[in-house]
Amino acid sequence: MEIKLEEIFQEKIDQEIKIEPRDWMPEKYRKTLLRQISQHAHSEIVGMLPEGNWITRAPNLRRKVALLAKVQDEAGHGLYLYSAAETLGMSRDEMLEELHSGKAKYSSIFNYPTLTWADMGAIGWLVDGAAIMNQVPLCRTSYGPYARAMVRVCKEESFHQRQGYEIMLTLSKGTEAQKAMAQDALNRWWWPSIMMFGPNDDNSPNSAQSMKWKIKRFSNDELRQKFVDVTVAQTEILGLTIPDKDLKWNAERGHYDFGTINWDEFFQVVAGNGPCNKQRLKARVDAWENGAWVREAASAYAEKREAKVKNQIEAA
Amino acid sequence: MSTKEWPLWEVFIRAKQGLNHKHVGSLHAADLQMAIENARDVYTRRMEGVSIWVVESKYVHASEPSEQEALFEPANDKIYRHPTFYNLPEELNHM
Repeated sequence: MEIKLEEIFQEKIDQEIKIEPRDWMPEKYRKTLLRQISQHAHSEIVGMLPEGNWITRAPNLRRKVALLAKVQDEAGHGLYLYSAAETLGMSRDEMLEELHSGKAKYSSIFNYPTLTWADMGAIGWLVDGAAIMNQVPLCRTSYGPYARAMVRVCKEESFHQRQGYEIMLTLSKGTEAQKAMAQDALNRWWWPSIMMFGPNDDNSPNSAQSMKWKIKRFSNDELRQKFVDVTVAQTEILGLTIPDKDLKWNAERGHYDFGTINWDEFFQVVAGNGPCNKQRLKARVDAWENGAWVREAASAYAEKREAKVKNQIEAA
Repeated sequence: MSTKEWPLWEVFIRAKQGLNHKHVGSLHAADLQMAIENARDVYTRRMEGVSIWVVESKYVHASEPSEQEALFEPANDKIYRHPTFYNLPEELNHM
């Protein structure tokens, strides 16, 4: 019976028929999606922290409203994704519990500190740029609620990258000190950004199954290459230099070659030893714990109001 | 004090006058007023709507995926319900 169901399931996937919450699905498909979507949601929420750091110090009102709107979007993206994940049978509180206990992961990029205003530029340009590269194919992912959430996310994400690039452009055309600040941000964010696509294909054990189930459409290395290829030209317009001496055009491949990624650093940050892991997690746990009284008060108020309406109906 | 999770609500948005409300997603809120306010913040940050409906998810009743055939198959062979079923002369341009 199970085998027959799994065959029907794979046939639907092969025919590009979306899987919806109440449809039969293999347990491993459900678990893989749940892990991926909740991790994605956590990344959006934790991703607000490095940028939230600079809202009050934005150099002018135009930059401030843009950054505020971007951070608000990230909250929204986290909420779309939590809702999508909930359709797979895990409650919101359980997901948050997994984040707070350290069981669930979020994108390692957010464990790096934002030291200067130029980091707001570099994050929008590179981190959101890499995220978009990853997310656009997810608009066609096989699970309906995830695909629909991603369509919304992608529509909103493009302003994020443009606002970041505009910050970099302004700095790179500014004083020597401003240009140096932009270059410094690029130096610090470049490698973590290209690590965002995850381990190399030969070291990514779950990829093949995710591709077969069309959760993923492109491999980590394919997406990383695409990102490097488009980012080189963008860097030239800025007059900045990507911090990789091995980066050069390979006419034969039709792609840029680039240096070896420091995977040791990547796995160290994933394991919790990045510069800001503890600080980020603490900020989330504090927000949850310090907000408990608000959640309780709202529930108590809702219950009281419901009781009052009930009484009125009975009295009438 | 209640520490239970806020209920889940389904959100429907009317994009503009003249269109129907369309399901856009869901969210958690303690009560209906908060559900509408949260829906405004989460789903209409870029003028996506002029009207919001929220329905507590527990009140949505859905058909079973396993009943799909029984429910929808019968319409399959009733091609005479479509205009192209009828053979009309070419010179009759628009009907």
